[in-house]
Amino acid sequence: MISFLFRRILSSIPVALAVIAICFLLVRLAPGSPFSSERALDPATQAMLETKYGLSGSLPTQLFRYASNLLHGDLGDSLKFRGRTVNEIIGQSLPRSLLLGSIAFTLALALGIPLGAWSAARQGKPSGAILNGLALLTLSIPTFILAPVTVLLFSFYIRLCPPAGWGSPSQLVLPALCLSLPFVGVCARLTRSGLLEVLGADFIRTARAKGVTEPNLIFLHALRSAILPLVAYAGPLAASILTGSLLIEETFAIPGIGQFFVSGVINRDVFLVSGVVLVYCLLLLFFNLIADWLTALLDPRISLSS
Amino acid sequence: MTLCRGTPGLLALLFPVLLLTGCHSRPRADLIICNGAEPQSLDPAIISGQLEGRLTTALLEGLVRRDARARPVPGCAEKWTVSPDGRVYTFTLRPNLRWSNGNPLTAEDYRYSWLRALSPTTGSPYSEILYFIAGAEDYHSGKVPASSVGIQVINDQTLRVTLLNPTPFFPALTSFTTYLPVHRSTVEKYGDRWTRPENWVGNGPYLLLDWKINDRVSLEKNPLYHTPDRVALNRIDALAVNRASTAFNLYSGGQADVLLDKGLIPSLILPELRGRADFHPGPLLATYFYRFQVTRPPFNDARIRRAFAIALDKEAITDKITRGNEPVATALCPRGMADYQPPEGLSSDPDTARGLLAQAGFPNGKDFPRVSLLYNKSELNEQLAIEIQAQWKRELGVTVELRNQEWATYLRSLDELDFDIARSSWVGDYDDPNTFLDCFVTGRGNNRTGWSNPTYDSLLASALAEPNPARRLQLMQQAETILVTQALPIIPIYHFVGCLMFDPTKWAGLYPNLLDDHPFSEIKRAKN
Amino acid sequence: MKPRALHLCLAALAFLTLAAIFGPYCSPYSVDQISQTRLASPDATHWLGTDLHGRDLLTRLLFGARISLLVGLVGATISLFVGVTYGLISGYLGGRTDNAMMRFVDILYALPRIVLVIVLISLFDLKLKHLLDGTFLAPLASHARLLLLFVGLGLVEWLTLARIVRAQVLSIKERAFVLSARLIGQNTPTILFRQILPQVLPIVLTYLTLALPAVILEESFLSFLGLGVQAPLASWGTLLADGAALLNPIRTPWWLIVFPSLLLAFTLLLLNFLGDQLRKLQK
Repeated sequence: MISFLFRRILSSIPVALAVIAICFLLVRLAPGSPFSSERALDPATQAMLETKYGLSGSLPTQLFRYASNLLHGDLGDSLKFRGRTVNEIIGQSLPRSLLLGSIAFTLALALGIPLGAWSAARQGKPSGAILNGLALLTLSIPTFILAPVTVLLFSFYIRLCPPAGWGSPSQLVLPALCLSLPFVGVCARLTRSGLLEVLGADFIRTARAKGVTEPNLIFLHALRSAILPLVAYAGPLAASILTGSLLIEETFAIPGIGQFFVSGVINRDVFLVSGVVLVYCLLLLFFNLIADWLTALLDPRISLSS
Repeated sequence: MTLCRGTPGLLALLFPVLLLTGCHSRPRADLIICNGAEPQSLDPAIISGQLEGRLTTALLEGLVRRDARARPVPGCAEKWTVSPDGRVYTFTLRPNLRWSNGNPLTAEDYRYSWLRALSPTTGSPYSEILYFIAGAEDYHSGKVPASSVGIQVINDQTLRVTLLNPTPFFPALTSFTTYLPVHRSTVEKYGDRWTRPENWVGNGPYLLLDWKINDRVSLEKNPLYHTPDRVALNRIDALAVNRASTAFNLYSGGQADVLLDKGLIPSLILPELRGRADFHPGPLLATYFYRFQVTRPPFNDARIRRAFAIALDKEAITDKITRGNEPVATALCPRGMADYQPPEGLSSDPDTARGLLAQAGFPNGKDFPRVSLLYNKSELNEQLAIEIQAQWKRELGVTVELRNQEWATYLRSLDELDFDIARSSWVGDYDDPNTFLDCFVTGRGNNRTGWSNPTYDSLLASALAEPNPARRLQLMQQAETILVTQALPIIPIYHFVGCLMFDPTKWAGLYPNLLDDHPFSEIKRAKN
Repeated sequence: MKPRALHLCLAALAFLTLAAIFGPYCSPYSVDQISQTRLASPDATHWLGTDLHGRDLLTRLLFGARISLLVGLVGATISLFVGVTYGLISGYLGGRTDNAMMRFVDILYALPRIVLVIVLISLFDLKLKHLLDGTFLAPLASHARLLLLFVGLGLVEWLTLARIVRAQVLSIKERAFVLSARLIGQNTPTILFRQILPQVLPIVLTYLTLALPAVILEESFLSFLGLGVQAPLASWGTLLADGAALLNPIRTPWWLIVFPSLLLAFTLLLLNFLGDQLRKLQK
């Protein structure tokens, strides 16, 4: 177990470094300057700012400078939000995204697994097809439609929750729901297809022959093996859901980290983008590790040492 | 086996633990304002946007401040005198001014702050606005030392400013954000981090209580402000909201009391809002216009530029697209600036336009080269572009291709003159035509058309040097006439209208005004 | 599910494709034709209403179908081509090469694709345009963005497929028929494409039907950001994004949101069902 962890962490380091380097170079190569605005900036000031923020010299020099700061735990300064460090921005925004994301993640699993299991149990019946269609439907509505429509429905036509903002638990309901919904569909489909496969297996037939009732059969016996593909998917899912989403954050005025993936690139705020990409990458590697460990626990055929 | 059964539970446990981090809230502020996007900074020397300006003028106060109608009134200076040639201003500060940490505030603080904004190492995007002061531009470009800049501290209470040219609006200009004072030892001690709430030292009506990124800036009344009785509200929260629909939802849901920016109101529903008591529109010192790239064909031909300009039906655009009763623009400068009468400009005349295009060699748009219209993606820019594209097609038979770019690329294309026609807008910084006309002087960074006209340049230069105010404005009008009726490197399209939303039975001290300046310290509860 | 469901699904998709190809020709309106009947709700002249510029929504939806389906199809095909080739080579060569190639996939996987696509588009949009402008392909220059969209979306979608194909190849290459092919001296490309490829093809085709909706959705998100199809052309994504921008609690032109949403959801449902059915047929 220890050696498994050790090897995985060791092999993750070059991946994270490469991701950061690629991200940094791509954003630096994109046309446009992080310091330009509607009002023109004189070239001397532009050059001064570039030197100040460590963006002068050749690209490899800049990258090397950035990397050596990274090793000291310094993610650099934001270029758009001048006077703020990336550490500070992430430090303020990430906890909020983690909070919202963890609720959404729990929701996605709590709604998706039963939905998938149920539609598998009703396989071949019209109700099963409807449930399956429902799961597919959640996949088919883009978030930028889902979020504003949800606000209109549940904040204005039915005054259930406040339309946006951050601070009270009631303000978390709608964004968490909207953030989780597309993933509910994926979880449901993975559970369903996993179950359908397992339900045909020998040990289930044995259990059925022994007179185990159908709900027990699905939820106690089959689900544990059937959930394996879902566990593998849950790693990337957790990473992306915990880092939030531009659309959800803008629509619900949530001060999270998700918007920086897009706005950072648009503003050429290279340190900010690289910082949030690093967070995403680390979360992804971490949750993949957890997923592999869980898979090994759930499936006796897989051992961690192999 | 038993371990395995526990694992899904473990997974479920792991995340709600994170619930403990986060959610905590203060009692509701007296007033909640939707202020626009997240402020890029609160350092007066570094900011360039309106939304940052609103916050810093609540936190810091210049020699002059603006009242609720944006009229200049004495701020930290109680009075000022001007020399007969109009070039030397002597400001007298109020007695016993103090910073929020109790330190005395003196004339030296202003000198330091202005020089700091000018210093090339500060990297201020707005240092240009200090160039009215003698020696300022040379100091910025490193040609002369700070001592040569015309800012002189006579004593703790007296500041003497020598200007390059007679500038009648200079006292009003000292209310502008770049002219705001900063606390020297705080700035020197904390560097870039001095704008953090825990480090903040200011002299304005409000103190910086809290600043959460992408969430809100919280302001609290400053007990050491020189006239604290003037400030009615104890706490104000300014929310950072990017999207108009979200801001409007917050306002409609009662979570925000005031919408301060037209950009925060969806333009589709402006006609519906117009009849409501909580909707307060008013003209703005801002113009939406299109630029031509005049250094290459086909738009190096003034006839073609003119044809494109007069082929447009601008009323149709403001009527159907912008929907805010915006005045159609025929000149660059909006009407309503003190004593200045902008030139009449060109009115719509599609027949003449077709004639001009034929003269230039393209009858009915035949064989017109492939040209494109550049804009940065936003709802309104795109809608306008679609409409204008259709008008040119209909009137001139020319197909202009649309080209949208994301923000940074768009700005780069403008700077490198890599476009044929590009959308632009300009917001006046102060109440004088120069704030608009200066953009198109040869070689200015904001010119962005490649256009250069010696007559225009010299007219503006002599206007600036002119001590007689009436004659000064006349020269400016002549310059603008060249710009918008003869040379046409731009097509003015419409002047912006500002819209405030607030319930007048609850709030007072907010008035639509040309500069779109709404000082927080003037806002109070309405008396019923 | 019976084959009947599969046939129904295919028929609906075929109908949609035909409508997309021929629909705009049958319409009395053109896709960018501005009129004074602005924001008209659905009636006899405009079956699905008009937008802010008075353009007929039905015509724009049909035209948008062309672009969206094309983006989906081309994007998915590119991802298919890259992913399958990459997976085949990586899996077949094995050892260090495989390790290095898969590590590269890991790296791209950990790079948020939205960052990748935005940078790709802004990086090459102008360059490609200028490049095309100088050649006989000049008429294509105005569609440079569209071409980039095809490539960009394809290039971020291939990763999963490469992993799937590699895993398949790893098990297939040890089977008797591959070993014997190697023994009789067939060269590597022949073995890869003649022996192994047909074995992985079914799973690949299924994946295609799943990648298609994903690409269509991603295009709609990019359009929402302003990086998608250039106005006044339309894709379902731009139509939806325009509709979403008009949502407000006071007065919403519902038809501009409901109809594009329904059409998109319906199409994605069909494609997803098709994927499900194909997967079932393989078993």
